[in-house]
Amino acid sequence: MREREKVLDVRGLQTTFFTDDGEIPAVDNVDFHVREGEVLGIVGESGCGKSVTSLSIMGLVPSPPGKITGGEILFGNQDLTKLPEKKMREIRGNDIAMIFQEPMTSLNPLFTIGNQLQEAIKVHKRDWSKKQIHSRAVEMMKMVGLPRAEDLMKNYPHQLSGGMRQRVMIAMALLCDPKVLIADEPTTALDVTIQAQILKLIKNLNQELNTAVILITHDLGVVAETCERVVVMYAGKVVEEGPVAEIFKDPQHPYTRGLLESVPDMRFKKERLYSIPGNVPKPGSINTGCRFAPRCEFAFDRCLTENPPLYQTAEAHQTRCFLFDPKEAEKHDRTIVKS
Amino acid sequence: MTEQLLKVEGLKKYFPIKSGLFGRVNNYVKAVDDVSFSVKEGETLGIVGESGCGKSTTGRMLMRLLEPTEGTVTFDGQVLTSLSPGEMRKARRDIQMVFQDPYASLNPRHTIEKILMEPLNVHDIGDPKERKKKVHEFLEIVGLSSYHAKRYPHQFSGGQRQRIGIARALMTNPKLIIADEPVSALDVSIQAQVLNLMQDLQKELKLTYIFIAHDLGVVRHISDRVGVMYLGNMAEMADTEDLYEKPLHPYTQALLTAVPVPDPAFKREEVVIKGDVPSPANPPSGCRFHTRCPFKMDICETTVPIFAEVEKGHSVACHLYEESRPQ
Ligand SMILES: Nc1ncnc2c1ncn2[C@@H]1O[C@H](COP(=O)(O)OP(=O)(O)OP(=O)(O)O)[C@@H](O)[C@H]1O
Ligand SMILES: Nc1ncnc2c1ncn2[C@@H]1O[C@H](COP(=O)(O)OP(=O)(O)O)[C@@H](O)[C@H]1O
Ligand code: SF4
Ligand code: SF4
Ligand SMILES: [Mg+2]
Ligand SMILES: [Mg+2]
Repeated sequence: MREREKVLDVRGLQTTFFTDDGEIPAVDNVDFHVREGEVLGIVGESGCGKSVTSLSIMGLVPSPPGKITGGEILFGNQDLTKLPEKKMREIRGNDIAMIFQEPMTSLNPLFTIGNQLQEAIKVHKRDWSKKQIHSRAVEMMKMVGLPRAEDLMKNYPHQLSGGMRQRVMIAMALLCDPKVLIADEPTTALDVTIQAQILKLIKNLNQELNTAVILITHDLGVVAETCERVVVMYAGKVVEEGPVAEIFKDPQHPYTRGLLESVPDMRFKKERLYSIPGNVPKPGSINTGCRFAPRCEFAFDRCLTENPPLYQTAEAHQTRCFLFDPKEAEKHDRTIVKS
Repeated sequence: MTEQLLKVEGLKKYFPIKSGLFGRVNNYVKAVDDVSFSVKEGETLGIVGESGCGKSTTGRMLMRLLEPTEGTVTFDGQVLTSLSPGEMRKARRDIQMVFQDPYASLNPRHTIEKILMEPLNVHDIGDPKERKKKVHEFLEIVGLSSYHAKRYPHQFSGGQRQRIGIARALMTNPKLIIADEPVSALDVSIQAQVLNLMQDLQKELKLTYIFIAHDLGVVRHISDRVGVMYLGNMAEMADTEDLYEKPLHPYTQALLTAVPVPDPAFKREEVVIKGDVPSPANPPSGCRFHTRCPFKMDICETTVPIFAEVEKGHSVACHLYEESRPQ
């Protein structure tokens, strides 16, 4: 099989917030890419930089106080970090689309669903007739599984349920056949039965339209079920990256392993949950050594003074941990001790 | 251990919907509609269900933070629903609540010491010196050093604030703790810490828990028995193992297959449930689940299924099991 082309390639991305409390390196030297037709997961706990990463790609980092302070975001042969706002706006409408956690805040409460969908189409298809625009809107609503499309067009956002609003947002995002869809916690505010419907919809659209999807979530179950590859973030950095099947079977970074051990599994009862001690650090609060060191049960002297690089541990698998430095591997036992 | 600590019978809460110029009541949100169950001393009863199904409303009525529209709650031999407000205040010493958002439930202008002292003042427990000692003791019990006593809520992380919320609930030595989504706002790694803490405390202090949550994995982990609510009704209740391994109600079955599992090799069954939860102001006739149920029969549209035992300790409200009930 031919290797699918990289549609988006993020290299050394650094996004910093300049606040009264000092500089917050929310995203610190992050590398990842997504290929056409692929579903890439980005997973991590709150505050680890997932949303800032996606806002950086979209050129929507609130500024001030935020700013992309380094790296590049390659889309085709363009570096998005260098594009003027006008160009970026075109890319946002046509090539890269985003859906957010709370669909209510991204829909205008004063206009009907139909109105908002048709306005969005008009922006991209200036030469289309009213009729063409209307039928395209109906078609999109059917595609995302909204019932009674014609009636729903006349409804206002508050008259729809959370799941229906998220479907509308997905329809809006897909209007112009984007090459990349970024979904930031698209199901976090929804009930599980509705979440199952929305994830299935995203997967189907990815397969039918070959859209690359970046799915951002804190839920390991959602990653396991929806993604092919996953990037694990911790305190602004990528700590592990690899194929989903491998990472769940053989997680390497102590943080990834701790996370997987800490989730209760619906299929069986764990006697006692493993718990990672301590708290998720604020970005910028740990500057020397491995950022996970204060919570890591494997930490050794080197972890406190040196920043671990990403080590290649398998063909497509990388881990930011000294235990995987060939020089260290022999010296350390990597078994998790369950208390 | 088998002593019933709490018994709930025919509990209902109808919220009036007012409309028009004169605020006339023209309909009701049937948030909780005829719910009955009991809780044994020392056990954890989990209550799950989708948003708006009435979990929190049920929890709040048990303590009469919300007045039930109908029904009785009996706690430790006392009928709470017929107590005067003064008597009820006293009874609350034995029942405490832990909330989802620890930040919203802690007064931001008070020190942790003041916050933890308050329940002792309200119930007139101990003298000032003993109260202070108890605050420090409970901070240690929930895994916070006692030097934290002089700090304010905003100086703590989410997980630490939830520990404070738990400490506050424990101050009066209650028998029953009603925890409403106590770990839902926490990160996975912090959630595990709080769940372990709650389990340890239960053993040490012989607590009984009602644990309300929407996360089915968390509920399986912590509960001895589980009740599943749908649109203000109890759809099914059973021992945890039975409920997860042998769910009987079509809604429970659908709910369980909808949960994503953290194992990419696991292929779950296709989820059969369609559409959204209907409005509790205008719930479907007969069985409230009939608009989404893949097994719907004619009778389901017209007749409300009764919630009763099908097997020992396993109750369900569904017409599919009417025949198999012990007569
Ligand atoms: N004070 C109120 N007035 C009117 N309706 C209310 C009130 N409180 C709750 N409701 C309604 O009662 C129903 C049950 O609400 P409840 O908060 O108990 O749900 P829940 O199961 O706890 O949901 P969640 O999982 O979202 O916390 C909902 O339809 C809700 O909108
Ligand atoms: N507008 C902002 N001003 C200052 N700091 C911010 C801002 N937005 C995000 N941050 C900080 O950046 C870090 C990463 O945030 P975010 O990407 O939103 O995390 P998450 O992984 O939960 O999506 C957090 O520490 C957050 O406090
Ligand atoms: S580098 Fe050291 S502290 Fe960091 S995760 Fe690896 S072992 Fe732990
Ligand atoms: S009573 Fe009928 S509609 Fe309700 S759950 Fe059972 S089979 Fe389905
Ligand atoms: Mg976020
Ligand atoms: Mg609730």
